Amino acid sequence: MSFQIPIGPQHPALKEPISLRMTVEGEVITDADIRLGYNHRGLEKLAEERTWIQNIYLTERICGICSHSHATCYVQGVEKLMELTPPRRGLYIRYLVSELERVHSHLLWLGVAGHEAGFDSFFMYTWRDREIVMDLLEMISGNRVHYAINTLGGVRRDLDEGQKSKILEGVATLRKRSEYYFRIGATEPSFVARIAGVGMLSKERAIALCAVGPVLRASGVARDVRKEDPCAVYDELDFNIGTADSCDVLGRVVVRVKELLESYKMIEQMVKGLPDGDIVAKAPRKAKPGETVSRYEAPRGENIHYIQANGSDKPERLKVRAPTLANYPATVEMLRKGFIADIPLIFAAIDPCICCAERTVTLVSARSGEESVVRMSDLRRRALARSGNAPVKGNAVWPF
Amino acid sequence: MAVLRTFLYLLVYPGLIFLFVYSTFCEWFDRKVYARLQNRMGPTHTGRFGLLQPIADFLKLLAKEDVVPEAADKRLFSVLPAIGLAVVATAGLLLPVWNFDLARPGWTSFPGDIIVILYLLSLPTLILFLAAWSSTNLFSTIGGSRVLTMLFGYEVPLFLAVLSPAILADSWRLAEIAAFYQARPLLLLPNLLGFFVALIAVQAKLERTPFDIPHAETEIVGGTFTEYSGKKLALFRLTFDVELVVASGLLAAVFMGGFPGGAVIGFAHFVVKTLVVIFLLSLIRALTARIRVDQVISFSWKVLAPLAVIQLLAIILLKGFLS
Repeated sequence: MSFQIPIGPQHPALKEPISLRMTVEGEVITDADIRLGYNHRGLEKLAEERTWIQNIYLTERICGICSHSHATCYVQGVEKLMELTPPRRGLYIRYLVSELERVHSHLLWLGVAGHEAGFDSFFMYTWRDREIVMDLLEMISGNRVHYAINTLGGVRRDLDEGQKSKILEGVATLRKRSEYYFRIGATEPSFVARIAGVGMLSKERAIALCAVGPVLRASGVARDVRKEDPCAVYDELDFNIGTADSCDVLGRVVVRVKELLESYKMIEQMVKGLPDGDIVAKAPRKAKPGETVSRYEAPRGENIHYIQANGSDKPERLKVRAPTLANYPATVEMLRKGFIADIPLIFAAIDPCICCAERTVTLVSARSGEESVVRMSDLRRRALARSGNAPVKGNAVWPF
Repeated sequence: MAVLRTFLYLLVYPGLIFLFVYSTFCEWFDRKVYARLQNRMGPTHTGRFGLLQPIADFLKLLAKEDVVPEAADKRLFSVLPAIGLAVVATAGLLLPVWNFDLARPGWTSFPGDIIVILYLLSLPTLILFLAAWSSTNLFSTIGGSRVLTMLFGYEVPLFLAVLSPAILADSWRLAEIAAFYQARPLLLLPNLLGFFVALIAVQAKLERTPFDIPHAETEIVGGTFTEYSGKKLALFRLTFDVELVVASGLLAAVFMGGFPGGAVIGFAHFVVKTLVVIFLLSLIRALTARIRVDQVISFSWKVLAPLAVIQLLAIILLKGFLS
């Protein structure tokens, strides 16, 4: 018997609204369909009405986990447009925060993967240790989530000796714990039984479907913006790209833990080799007309910002391509022929950040299923008409 | 006097009041152990050490809105939680705690009561399936089919494992089996393998991690319980707590020498031994990830069932050797 089960828009496995419609036969998925647009916030349009500086804090709010990724990607692009070279100390601190953010994001993901597989002890342990890196980020920037450390031409806060030694201490603890989690994640029989051979994505398909980040690297493709297009400090650092050949969720766990260990290495190098000097260069208020594309390796994969300037103090156009969006086609492929029980694991394995990826909405009529494009003024007119015709709401009544 | 004793038995110990209080205590114990293993505190606020938390949860659920779906079979949907609780509470009466006379079988302790208690412990599974099916929700239906699929996996190993000590003791009566092992404690050791098989099967019967597949939250929302709320959900949760007590009591009676020493010392035996079993169950729960339903079946038939058969053969050989 074939039937459709709705995973989402509201479902315990999803932390953000998205709709996965699974056609299943018994416990086996025969077809998958992803529907987006439940969390569209109109950020790109908003960015056109803010100044270059204000937009740093706007792009930071694209995501609640990789907030620094979007802000850095944007700042890199704007600095290119303004032909601004930030001082090296500023760059080191900026990418130090990037790597710390990657650590916190990957630890968070490990916990989520454990929770999706019903392995709550793993979840509790990784999230306990994630607090260490959250505290470090708070110490550096003053904030736990939206660090607001980037500014045009550098960073806003400096590091002192005490902070440097605390970072090294925290990273040493985290490295020990991460090696332990690597052992558990790759050997605990019931956990491995759930993730090995699940959500297969061959190397060829991964490339054909434009997968990015850990999903791509778990299929054996060593592609990483930090290595291929090394910006700023990454060409001065010694690190490897973590890959796996198993092409399944287990591989994605392994890749992420390997990346954790590489990030610790980079953090130590950056803290120890922190150059002296200023942390910020003075930025002009306006950018010359032009356009640029900025790439950045976010924890979830390659993040792309396209920025167009028209000579004023505001961008003409800002286009964001979040890594999650690039991974959706591969997800549909991975979900087919899986079990219902694998849905949360496969979907979580791309580390979906749904609000990052929401760039557009489609209006679909609930009655006829017909899709249409509507102007903003028309939407507004319809909303007013609807609220005008709506019956007057009574106050809620206490049931007893 | 006999009437008073019967009432005492039915209502106080090991009847409803005891089962309610002790099962909430066991839930607290389970939650606390689980939490400590995960580096958490567990319940702390309600009552001393959070002891009253399960009771508070129960009362809170009783006061919540109780929704019956439009499309559900309303009578079946409403009556099933009460039947489930009644069935496991009845099973609790058969535990050989104090109201039995070894020489004279009564209505709570008779030859064959081990079969009856196993049967009564199987019924909640069927009730869960019916509950899931009657609520007509898509997620419940999947949960219900998973309940039944799992039943075919763990039930046979559980029966084989629990019956092998009975074969060695040459009795189908729980009180006599317990008395046999109290007299010869060393003979408990050959049953160790069967104990672990039964422990895993009980874990599956109680639908706890790694076997919490029928109500796997991240896959099928509430699974069997998706449509249940308020009083009915409270009764189902209580059913599982009582089933935890009865199942661990059964394992303690069969594999740990029962509860000797009458009502008072026997009570201490009961508490200590069931808590040991529950502690082991909590350990399994904390240390594993949820497996898939097809993995449960293959694990049961490829590992648990052969181990249970080996146990049975070993016991038969041992029995021939002893006599």
